[in-house]
Amino acid sequence: MREIAIVGYQQSDCVSDAGAQNEVELIIPVVGRVFEQVGITNAQDVDFVCSGSCDYLQGAAFAFVLGVDALGAVPPIKESHVEMDAAWALYESILKIRMGHADSALVYGFGKSSPGELPIVLSQQLDPYYLATQWVDTVSLAAMQARLMLDKGLITERDMAEVVSRSRRNALNNPRAQLKGDISADDVLAEETYLSPLRKGDICPVSDGASAMIICTVEQAKAWGKPYAVISGIDHRIETHNMGMRDLTDSVSTRAAAERAGMGNGKVDVAELYAPFSHQEIILTRALGLGDDTSVNPSGGVLAGNLMMASGLSRIGEVFDRIVAGEAQRGIAHATSGPCLQHNLVTVLEAA
Amino acid sequence: MSQPEVLHQEFELGFTYTRSTGPVVGRFLTELKQRNIVGIKASDGRVVVPPMEYDPDTAEALSEFVDVGQEGEIVSFAWVKEPREAHPFDKPFAWAMIRLDGADVPMIHCVAAEREDQVSTGARVRARWADETKGFITDIRCFELV
Amino acid sequence: MSEENEMVTGIEAPIYLKYNFTAGAAAARFLAQVKKGVVTGQRCPKCKQVYIPPRGACAACGVPTKEEVVLADKATVQSFTIVSIPIPGNPIEPPFVVANLVPDGANISFIHLMSECDNADVHIGQRVQAVWKPQEEWDYAMDNIKYFKPLDEPDVPVEKIGKLPVTGLEG
Repeated sequence: MREIAIVGYQQSDCVSDAGAQNEVELIIPVVGRVFEQVGITNAQDVDFVCSGSCDYLQGAAFAFVLGVDALGAVPPIKESHVEMDAAWALYESILKIRMGHADSALVYGFGKSSPGELPIVLSQQLDPYYLATQWVDTVSLAAMQARLMLDKGLITERDMAEVVSRSRRNALNNPRAQLKGDISADDVLAEETYLSPLRKGDICPVSDGASAMIICTVEQAKAWGKPYAVISGIDHRIETHNMGMRDLTDSVSTRAAAERAGMGNGKVDVAELYAPFSHQEIILTRALGLGDDTSVNPSGGVLAGNLMMASGLSRIGEVFDRIVAGEAQRGIAHATSGPCLQHNLVTVLEAA
Repeated sequence: MSQPEVLHQEFELGFTYTRSTGPVVGRFLTELKQRNIVGIKASDGRVVVPPMEYDPDTAEALSEFVDVGQEGEIVSFAWVKEPREAHPFDKPFAWAMIRLDGADVPMIHCVAAEREDQVSTGARVRARWADETKGFITDIRCFELV
Repeated sequence: MSEENEMVTGIEAPIYLKYNFTAGAAAARFLAQVKKGVVTGQRCPKCKQVYIPPRGACAACGVPTKEEVVLADKATVQSFTIVSIPIPGNPIEPPFVVANLVPDGANISFIHLMSECDNADVHIGQRVQAVWKPQEEWDYAMDNIKYFKPLDEPDVPVEKIGKLPVTGLEG
């Protein structure tokens, strides 16, 4: 099988409102920077392009098509799109390269969630007969999941607050984070609940922005002469949409994806987990069996800024950054989609 | 070049969907219209409410309907202090996972209560019917504490 | 079966979502100029093509477009269609002409209406000019231009459509 490398990754700042920036204006700076990082000009210099976004976030039909204006698509390029987080666009791109249909690919994700009411927009991805019709928002679903864990004694509110505190402190070193600060678990617990049992700190912010990545065969990475990390495994698994039939206190799909991606074949120095709610980071850490020798969410994770449709790709990018910086030899990145960690993707990255 | 002002425009996007319900969802909604709640037996015998067409574990088509109670217990809940415009109440309420008597799998619906401390895991609740039922999930107006 | 016992076979499940749309930086600049009665495009720094309405990027080159270019409110018909069905909620009565128009100084067309013309005479290469609403009604909107009407100028040869300078065919 062809070995695949990541050679470039860029992300915009996570901002609560990108204001007068349309989708092209959000994408073009990160795509431009990632081309520069690899030393190429535009999408003509890669074999394949795949993006992840969701038009419902900003309420603009076919916004993802307008996004192509950022690429330099004349003459026509090979281009695809997933109505999912761009981590799944990466998955499609990897398949394309493994099948021998391409040697390199640009992957990007973008989201402008600020124009809409995100938890309500996301309610419409639920069961269209029983749940979407009730307008059950996604924050409330996560709150019920957290309470299940609290009631069973699997976590305490302090455990959740510790996750928030570590996220805010780690984000101090992340110039692109939206929420950061030297706050303790006590500071978090001092806050009243917002959507009980969740406090505002337990919930990721709504962010606008984009991220972009370039992957290629190892041969191409060597030809470009840029530092790279190898994607040694990737897999994704989904659970039933019926939340009552899932064990919401565990993430069996994450564990299954990690096993298939080969996470257990070596030490995990760093893990970036897409946990939009504090308790979900604990679920994921446990499902993956991560111990004290793994640095979890050194970027602050998505509690510090959540670019819907790009955050999953960004998790992979954050691990890539640490590997090429020599801070880690091997790491895993997790991406999620759907309510209460329904659908999970795990990528294993290793130093070249 | 000066920074442009932010031009914005509020608008509402409408998708006026009608959905076919099929024999399983249709049966459940028909029963709701008659103020009755039915579940369906999954492959392993668990009673699922609202009923699903296919078993998520075995993919087997399901067809054995079972009447379940209009009362049940709260398995988990979220207390909504600040209801959103789309929500079923304009004052604080709870979303809850409710296991109805005779069912094994909890369903998600709303619970009316005055205060958060009235709601708890394990609390008993009962369906309150809408004034007019029409074959829709909100024929159950909400659940109320027993 | 009585009506209340009849099986439910479908539901009405309309979805209404509220948004606060923002125009984007390039579109906001464009509309701010239209509010002043000026039509502008943006020039690609690489291929030099001028885009209207600008979206902040050259779709061909994939680079940001920053240079703002003032265009004429005279244009050339690149293509058109005669519409014989009404637009829901629009007072324009059919049949009316919808045209792809390239303003002088730009390289791509935008869509607008044509009027004060004999529909049967509308043709590719025809010269037209904007008919603006009264100035006191100008807003951040493309319908500050009510429509385009024919100009008494020679037709533009097909190979020159989209390549005229801002001064027009004679310039």
